[in-house]
Amino acid sequence: MAEYYLQTKDLAVGYQGKALIHDINFGICKGEIVTLIGPNGSGKSTILKSITRQLRLVGGKVFFDDTSLTNISYKELSSRMAVVLTERIRTELMTCHDIVATGRYPYTGRLGILTAEDERIVDEAMAAVHAQEIGNRDFNAISDGQKQRIMLARAICQEPEIIVLDEPTSYLDIRYKLELLDILKRMAKEKGITVLMSLHEIDLAQKCADRIVCVRGEEIMAYGTPEEVFYEETIEKLYDLDNGSYNPLSGSLELKKTEGEPEVFVISSGGNGTPIYRKLQREGRPFAAGILYTNDVDYQAARVLASKIITEEPFEEISDNTYKNAENMIDQCQIVVNAGVHIGSCNHRMRNLLQYAQEKGKLKRDYL
Amino acid sequence: MQKEQKQTESVSFHSENFKRRSRYTVVFLGLLAAFFVIIVLNINTGNVHISVPKILRILFMRDGDAVEYSIIWKIRLPRILMAAILGGALSLSGFLLQTFFSNPIAGPFVLGISSGAKMVVALAMIIFLKHIGHFSSGVLVLAAFIGSLLSTGFILLMSRKIQHMASLLVGGIMIGYICSAITDFVVTFADDSDIVNLHGWSLGSFSGSSWSNIRVAAVIVAVAAVWTFLLSKPIGAYQLGEHYAQSMGVNIQLFRILIILLSSILSACVTAFAGPISFVGIAVPFLTRKAFGTSKPIVIIPGTFFAGAVFCMSCDLIARMALAPVELNISTVTSIVGAPIVIYMMVKREKGR
Repeated sequence: MAEYYLQTKDLAVGYQGKALIHDINFGICKGEIVTLIGPNGSGKSTILKSITRQLRLVGGKVFFDDTSLTNISYKELSSRMAVVLTERIRTELMTCHDIVATGRYPYTGRLGILTAEDERIVDEAMAAVHAQEIGNRDFNAISDGQKQRIMLARAICQEPEIIVLDEPTSYLDIRYKLELLDILKRMAKEKGITVLMSLHEIDLAQKCADRIVCVRGEEIMAYGTPEEVFYEETIEKLYDLDNGSYNPLSGSLELKKTEGEPEVFVISSGGNGTPIYRKLQREGRPFAAGILYTNDVDYQAARVLASKIITEEPFEEISDNTYKNAENMIDQCQIVVNAGVHIGSCNHRMRNLLQYAQEKGKLKRDYL
Repeated sequence: MQKEQKQTESVSFHSENFKRRSRYTVVFLGLLAAFFVIIVLNINTGNVHISVPKILRILFMRDGDAVEYSIIWKIRLPRILMAAILGGALSLSGFLLQTFFSNPIAGPFVLGISSGAKMVVALAMIIFLKHIGHFSSGVLVLAAFIGSLLSTGFILLMSRKIQHMASLLVGGIMIGYICSAITDFVVTFADDSDIVNLHGWSLGSFSGSSWSNIRVAAVIVAVAAVWTFLLSKPIGAYQLGEHYAQSMGVNIQLFRILIILLSSILSACVTAFAGPISFVGIAVPFLTRKAFGTSKPIVIIPGTFFAGAVFCMSCDLIARMALAPVELNISTVTSIVGAPIVIYMMVKREKGR
């Protein structure tokens, strides 16, 4: 137990004493990034709010370094834990520097006057989030991305052992998302600050978190390293995905495939087919894909987008049976698209297949 | 190169800091100057004109013409001091309520704290005049206090159930309406002579301030104001919202009760001694923030107190002099000066969005 910096034990959280989620058990080591993922309204925020003490715990315990959360005073907690909340703050006549400086609150005296040392720490925190140049600007006059960085600088300024962030990447464009996560990663690895946050972007969670907590309904559905958690079935169950698919390998989301008898047969390899699959999907035309080796990049996309798919084992000669299936598919479809296929010694029969399509007058070079 | 840039950055921070401090100093000095000019103007003007050298002589040497001496010491000086103390208290109370509700239009008048006082004063006045036959100023002060705290109590009770600040603000306004309705109801069944008294009081005035009243008001206001100043650090944290404040170690429950109690004590004190005075609580903190260019409580708390004092003294001067020898009620003047400021401020806010 001592190895964890923060640990929950049979934690139950909710509002007004009613548990929304119960039996929450997870542990975070010092300097780790732990991310809560789950659908909207699944209770990610509720868990975070309970740990930051905005909500009373309904049951169970939260331990910081073996000390129970309920035994820590607000004042003591403030020097250990800083937060970045989803709620947008409304300020009047406060510069970004003023906002960041409020992070020094637990360390300043009765009237909150900053010492030179405090000022230095404020400057450092601003530098850590690359926000020095906006220090003098009014907080209301900066962009959402900058605001989020300022709130993070404020949290860093509090010199906490753990930073809790509730959906810090909402409102941010992809550039700022990456930048924010990069800053958090540096904080965690260089300064040993523990990071606990909730994220909407599961692909980012997969890439930046040391551990993932999947929150769904009344309990924690899964908990572990991204490698342990990120399976297609887990994610699809977590988000009740019946209208599309998530590919843990590429981190890409695809819309639901168009079912039905294929109208178009796309022949491709090495990723050439994927843009055409997507286009056909957008047009709502059912299509077939082939002949794909199951280790081909196109296979990953075709699997979730094509209504029919003709495959072959990697690096094997194309078998008679597979070839026959492909020929039948050409007969059945109105159009055959050659999106570009690399032909080598293993798949030399593709040449014959393309020729067959040509003879039938169905072959098109370009669909896009 | 980067280091160089960093250095200029930190230099610009320091120069910015210096600029800000200079601005605070200039504004404070300006307020101080205005404070003294208005004191002199106030004492100096009136039906009996007294020249400045004579004033100084009477004030500091306690020597001079007996009539002028008593005009200054018994009428004008207590009145101007009362205006200063209560003006400061009123705008400080407004500032606290605006912080509490994180809404710039919150104020003791808007929230029904003044209406609560008026209601209890009306009830007390009618009961006392009917059964006892007289109505002393001590009872009036007490009634106003009870009324103010009653309204505050209701707001605090509501705040346990209503978490959303805007709804709570509306709740406060509703309390104001209920109190006004009850007052009107009571007044309908009261004798005309009683109503004259109530009407005079309810428009507010600093006239007739006695030294003993000033002593009581000064002590209450001083304690509340110093206490508020000592709370400037948590108030600053609270400006980021209660959740952030809590994460910085502020005990929110206690802090909120403290803030609303302090503000209602301040406004109760004003209502008790001068009647309900409108608009000062909204307009002055707003103007102060704009003048200082910051909302840091450590600057704004003393600043708004000072500015409130100057504002009320000026309004009192206008009340006395505008249509002399007829004296206007203080609320008439504060409304005429204050209301346009509130309108301006709302228009400006919309523009800023």
